[in-house]
Amino acid sequence: MMVTETIKVNLTPRELEAARKRLGREPNQTELGMIDVMWSEHCSYKSSRQVLRRLPKSGRRVVVGPGYDSGVVDIGDGDVIAFKIESHNHPSAIEPYNGAATGIGGIIRDILCMNCRPIALLDSLRFGNLESSHSRWLFQTVVKGIADYGNCTGIPTVAGEVEFDESFETNCLVNVACVGVGKAEDLTLGRMDRPRDIIVLVGGATGRDGIHGVTFASRTIHEESELDRPAVQIGNPFTKKVVIEATLEALRTGKVAAVKDLGGGGLTCALSEMSSKGGTGVEINLEEIHVREQGMTPYELLLSESQERMLFTVTPEGQEEVLGVFQKWEIPYSVIGKVTDTGLLVAKYRGRVAANVPSRLLTNSPLAQRISRRPRTQHVKEASRRPVPEDLSDIVYRLLSQPDIASKESVYRQYDHEVGVRTVLKPGDADAAVLRIIGADKAIAVKVDCNSSYCHLDPYDGHAAAVAEGARNVAATGAEPIAVTDCCNFGNPENSEVYWQFKEAISGIAYMLNGLKIPCVGGNVSFYNEDERTGRAVKPTTTIVTLGLIEKLSHITSMALKKAGESIILVGKTFPELGGSQYYRLINLNGGRLPHPVASKERASIRTVIEAIRSGYVTATHDCSKGGLAVSLAEMAIKGDLGLTVDLGAVPYASTMRIDEILFSESSARFILTTPQARASKLLSLARKRGVPAAKIGEVTESNYRITTNRKELVECSVGRMREVWRGAIPKLMEMA
Amino acid sequence: MKTAVIQFPGSNCDLDVLHILKDILHVEADLIWHRDFEGSNYGAAVLPGGFSYGDYLRAGIIAAYSPAMRHVKEMAREGKPIIGICNGFQILIESGLLPGALLRNQGTTFICKWVKIRLETSQTPFTKNIQKGTVLKVPIAHAEGRYVNEPEGLKELHENDQVVFRYVDDHGDLTEDGNPNGSMDSIAGICNLDRNILGLMPHPERASEPILSPFLDSDGLKILSTLTQT
Repeated sequence: MMVTETIKVNLTPRELEAARKRLGREPNQTELGMIDVMWSEHCSYKSSRQVLRRLPKSGRRVVVGPGYDSGVVDIGDGDVIAFKIESHNHPSAIEPYNGAATGIGGIIRDILCMNCRPIALLDSLRFGNLESSHSRWLFQTVVKGIADYGNCTGIPTVAGEVEFDESFETNCLVNVACVGVGKAEDLTLGRMDRPRDIIVLVGGATGRDGIHGVTFASRTIHEESELDRPAVQIGNPFTKKVVIEATLEALRTGKVAAVKDLGGGGLTCALSEMSSKGGTGVEINLEEIHVREQGMTPYELLLSESQERMLFTVTPEGQEEVLGVFQKWEIPYSVIGKVTDTGLLVAKYRGRVAANVPSRLLTNSPLAQRISRRPRTQHVKEASRRPVPEDLSDIVYRLLSQPDIASKESVYRQYDHEVGVRTVLKPGDADAAVLRIIGADKAIAVKVDCNSSYCHLDPYDGHAAAVAEGARNVAATGAEPIAVTDCCNFGNPENSEVYWQFKEAISGIAYMLNGLKIPCVGGNVSFYNEDERTGRAVKPTTTIVTLGLIEKLSHITSMALKKAGESIILVGKTFPELGGSQYYRLINLNGGRLPHPVASKERASIRTVIEAIRSGYVTATHDCSKGGLAVSLAEMAIKGDLGLTVDLGAVPYASTMRIDEILFSESSARFILTTPQARASKLLSLARKRGVPAAKIGEVTESNYRITTNRKELVECSVGRMREVWRGAIPKLMEMA
Repeated sequence: MKTAVIQFPGSNCDLDVLHILKDILHVEADLIWHRDFEGSNYGAAVLPGGFSYGDYLRAGIIAAYSPAMRHVKEMAREGKPIIGICNGFQILIESGLLPGALLRNQGTTFICKWVKIRLETSQTPFTKNIQKGTVLKVPIAHAEGRYVNEPEGLKELHENDQVVFRYVDDHGDLTEDGNPNGSMDSIAGICNLDRNILGLMPHPERASEPILSPFLDSDGLKILSTLTQT
């Protein structure tokens, strides 16, 4: 069967012309579909490549940088960590259960391709406000999709974040990260280097689902998007689990040259990227593919995005052994062709050539020319003045029940976060999850972060702050931040103001990464996150996954207060920076100065904290961010089921600050530590040596959360009640009819 | 003799159990593919947790038809100790080696959480070293773990001292608060009449090293360490 009608393409006339010119002839319909998919924003990064170059990507620990399925970092003793994050926003907005589930499926394969065992999942989610029933439905269903899929694969979901904001009402953001562990000597890169190697398609049967999923992801969501449901793939976590084990076992034979997952762009993408990286070509026979629907056309076979599929290249002499592994696991597979030295992707169907395109034509799209313009409406740097609220205790309780701050326990209880026996610090225990490396005296810390409100008000500072927060979060557990991977979520890049946001965001990230000397080893870009009906884009959000290395298991530090009588130390200076803060959101105040992250200060604070933890002085650590000092202290008290007394007069702050500003400012570069009383001065001298402002601001008590200034009582809260509102807030909102 | 950790397609706690047996308890143990499993080669067997065959149809039911289960039954007849953890418990029930059924949790969602279980009998090879009434801290992670049985069956379980573990609250009491999934009589684990087959929903292998426990202990080891004495 041949495609009879003319397919619809999203290529611009300029791109179409470039394709004709580079091919030297008119592409046939199948080829046109392949080019269309490969030159889509999703596969080609045609709007972002030129900007992403600004990110630092080298460092002594980088083993594999951007451009491969996932970045890989050396953590010593021949051990490596592979990690990657990806968005699955559009599918999740349309079909939240399968959309979120298949997001996990895809990211797991990216780790597997490197011959690393996936050991952790993280998810970063954004929805509209929970007052909206649509948002509640999306939230609940996405979480269930992640739980059902993730749990079944036997990979623990160890950390994440959830934010609620009306800009995500229609277009929710679902970013999923996976972390894997492996050995440097065993790494494989998704590259076809050797002609004559055999190409094997393994896993789920190919069907018509997900065809042109990437072009769907490269458009905005509109009313007819509901009709796009067939473009959302259906996940099968059991097949995924079996594929994981079989892939790792096949790789152990040493006869597998390369593995690549089939995701966006299906077979076309995998074949062209693998051969183009290796400078080779491929020749495949489409009728060999195991299918689950009859009468599929070459076009459909080449572009299907059916899930749970992997592409292997195997040495000819190893073919039998490798196929034996798939037989053992009862995984369907088909030998579909071989690697050639022609540089061409040749797909035959029943003896006829259905497509014949240079691999590099597909993988090397023309760059899109995008215009960037600073938005006319600028954020107001000064907020209107209001009197300091009289009942600050009430404000603390109300902040703790803000959905962005409130406990996410109702989410992470549904995730198996223990499987794998690596999870030392579990969801809710600390600023980052900590996983030990089995058999070694070391661990890794991972966290995903972004504050969309800041990024919206100032994409440069907001994104620099996201990098800083990620680094602080892993440092708080005792880890040295060693690498990041990012996931950009923006509106339509053809909109000059959105493109400006994107460029600013990447510049802000690059600034902070350079300052902290942390490389970015990979990333993902999702554009077109906007609602066509309202024409509104999501708040610009680049989520940052930070990986940290903990040198010794004894350094692992959680946020819970440990013992009454211990001293509470604040590291870093507080400024009147409440723009985009949770406090302003609570009292409906716009404007205000955003936290202004300065790389050198972040670095100094982080170094101080890591050094203090390594010296064994520190009993608990928490970074100071959403909700400011007051909320961070409250979280430590709730976790430890202990009280505290803090004197605001002792807090290092910029001159002329109001009480509510000191309590709720979200200034960057700050940490709260606790230490036995006798160690407090040692810890402060560590900070002084690095020129970091730090002070003892109070102590841990048996019960009650008290904040005073000059002996005047400002806040007094019951820790039990704080826990109640903090834990109950989200379940309560979800129960609304 | 060696202990077998039987791997079904979809098992996902197999490597975890193997790690505890080999690296922590220094037991001779093999990870063995269900089709290759022969009971006569082993002195004990563990059916690990996970989602065997994707838990399609009903948790554990497809694995119950694996040829491996015929071997497990023969081992049980020989009096060799068998432990089924989580999905392994579900498989033991589906194969008829343990009575009752495991249904969807009361709250319907998957629950991953550290809970407390109380030992109800020391009269099994797995609990002979633990005093009856001891409270152990171990995590659960399941969606289908609500133990149910007919009134008659339940009565028999109690009369025959087959209830091995029950969920309790922070004070060690049998309360609704302490029962995470709505199991009848707060049952977390049971054994067969011959007392050599134990099935339990909590994961002792996840509670066998202090570093992984929020309480810095290793209660799960008290159960798994009995496999060293087979």
